[in-house]
Amino acid sequence: MNGIALRCTGLVKRYDRVVAVDGLDLEVVAGECFGLLGPNGAGKTTTVEIFEGLLVPNAGTVEVLGRQWGHDGHTLQQQIGIALQETQFADKLTVRETITLFRSFYDRGLSVHEALAIVQLEEKADVWVRKLSGGQRQRLSVACALVGDPELLFLDEPTTGLDPQSRRQIWEVISEYRSRGRTVLLTTHYMEEAQRLCDRVAIVDRGRVIALGTPAELIATLGAEHVIEFEAESVPDGDVLAALPGVADLRRDGDAVLLTAKEVHRAVPALLAALAAQQVALTRLVTHHATLEDVFVALTGRHLRDG
Amino acid sequence: MQANPLVQLTLARIREFFREPEAIFWVFVFPVLLAAALGIAFRSRGAEVVPIGVRDGAGAAEVAATLERAEGIRVERVDSATAYDRLRTGKLALAVIPGDTVSFWYDPTRAESRLARLLVDGALQRAGGRPEAVSVRSQELTEKGARYIDFLVPGLLGMNLMGTGLWGVGFGIVNARQRKLLKRLVASPMRKSHYLLAQVLGRLVFLVFEVGIVVAFAHFAFDVPVRGSLVDLAILSVLGAMTFAGMGLLVASRARTIEGVSGLMNLVMVPMWIGSGIFFSTERFPAAVQPLIQSLPLTAVNDALRAVMLDGAALVVMPGELAIVAVWGVAAFAAALYLFRWQ
Repeated sequence: MNGIALRCTGLVKRYDRVVAVDGLDLEVVAGECFGLLGPNGAGKTTTVEIFEGLLVPNAGTVEVLGRQWGHDGHTLQQQIGIALQETQFADKLTVRETITLFRSFYDRGLSVHEALAIVQLEEKADVWVRKLSGGQRQRLSVACALVGDPELLFLDEPTTGLDPQSRRQIWEVISEYRSRGRTVLLTTHYMEEAQRLCDRVAIVDRGRVIALGTPAELIATLGAEHVIEFEAESVPDGDVLAALPGVADLRRDGDAVLLTAKEVHRAVPALLAALAAQQVALTRLVTHHATLEDVFVALTGRHLRDG
Repeated sequence: MQANPLVQLTLARIREFFREPEAIFWVFVFPVLLAAALGIAFRSRGAEVVPIGVRDGAGAAEVAATLERAEGIRVERVDSATAYDRLRTGKLALAVIPGDTVSFWYDPTRAESRLARLLVDGALQRAGGRPEAVSVRSQELTEKGARYIDFLVPGLLGMNLMGTGLWGVGFGIVNARQRKLLKRLVASPMRKSHYLLAQVLGRLVFLVFEVGIVVAFAHFAFDVPVRGSLVDLAILSVLGAMTFAGMGLLVASRARTIEGVSGLMNLVMVPMWIGSGIFFSTERFPAAVQPLIQSLPLTAVNDALRAVMLDGAALVVMPGELAIVAVWGVAAFAAALYLFRWQ
């Protein structure tokens, strides 16, 4: 399927006095994995639930797979797969019974056995849901989302709270689904997840899209690929630091100073020399590749996890 | 083969129910235990023997000897202080003070004491030579269907229909809503009508067991009769179960938490536990509240169950009761569908 899988324009959703989504525009191309990235309360879940047909927006238009919620609702539900945040399936049904139940709602789709195999839960097929670990429950949730063999998959924070191994298992499932040319919209507040899985990312803050592009493009907006972060006994003169060779930008984050640099091998010796000249001693120095987190901090002055 | 969604939803409901030990206990075991305990406590014990005291003194031996020959009286010899004490604590129904004029000490507000007075008076008068003015012949009737256990079992059935209907339907729905499972189901192409219908169908499956077990137990343990047709009993049970399932749907239509729905259920059930004639007849309530009592669905269900089981009545002779139950059911379902919140 080519073209646009998802589109919304001027989306607004208010709860009492809180504006959760505040004029949001988005286009997701068929076949891509698109990430909504932002802190808690940014409006990611509300946006996804509007796309899923669970919420009705106060304003704006929504198009899913070329259709609209309302008259085409049932047809649309047949074509999309959904994993909500924190669904608790019935404790005393087995994994197989739960997937069989969800399979029965779809006109066409995978066999229960195929769904079990995709999420690697065959060994747990006849175990009660109550006995599953957090990661296994999340894989069950994904299996229920995939069992109708959807064109479009919505995953709302699919790996939140999971250990690294469970997280990687979910990523593999998503990658495999993508490799069949299907579309994914996922929300996350994990940078690594967005960078690893998503073709394009929209950074969402306070109900609006504040940046949009491929992870590489977004990081490139920082002007450099590396971040040098240090703390010192006294903070040196900013003008001197900004003028160091290879340094593109300078920010302060509490006691720390963050330099965005193109070439670490030139910037670090220059930094050390400048600090030595001012007789300032370093207490901490780290460098890392610039991430989407740095992009978010650069755009908002806040960290993603701060919420 | 494509699994049918309605079948799968109903199966899920039934599995969840039968995998819940508490549910099994309250629906199947508890009514049987209650019937057993009350049936034993209130079993018929032949004719009661009334305890009488004869105060020591002149003529006491003759009076005691006369009374010991009479039926239905147990005699003990007591002194004044003991007689007073044992009367006060209910261990004696009446004390006889012999003399030229025989005196009776008794409490006329106690039925047993009034009975004792009649028996003792009759025995003494006959011994004194009073002729019988009217010739009397007694025929004894002790019939199944008139005992307390016979009254109780249909009431327990009705209570169970109500409890399982409200709990079985309401708890499952609110639990699913609280766990956001309801929201997940609604996001899938599941038909909402299938979900609600599955709750009711699941209810019908439990019904077969819960009515069957109580009726069979009462029959084999206490010889409680089912004089009407089993088909009528089944139809009545289904009608009652549907009505209470509708009420369960209604109390669950908005509640977000188990605590919230529990409060609502008690609000609905407690008045009927007390007022609807489960353990004692509704006739004990004053006439002023009778219209209210008689319009409760459980009152109608209980009255109809007793009529079918004990009197052998056919359903066609009780259109009033059936109409009350049906109106409650239809109204509850309609209100529930209007109010129901899926998220």
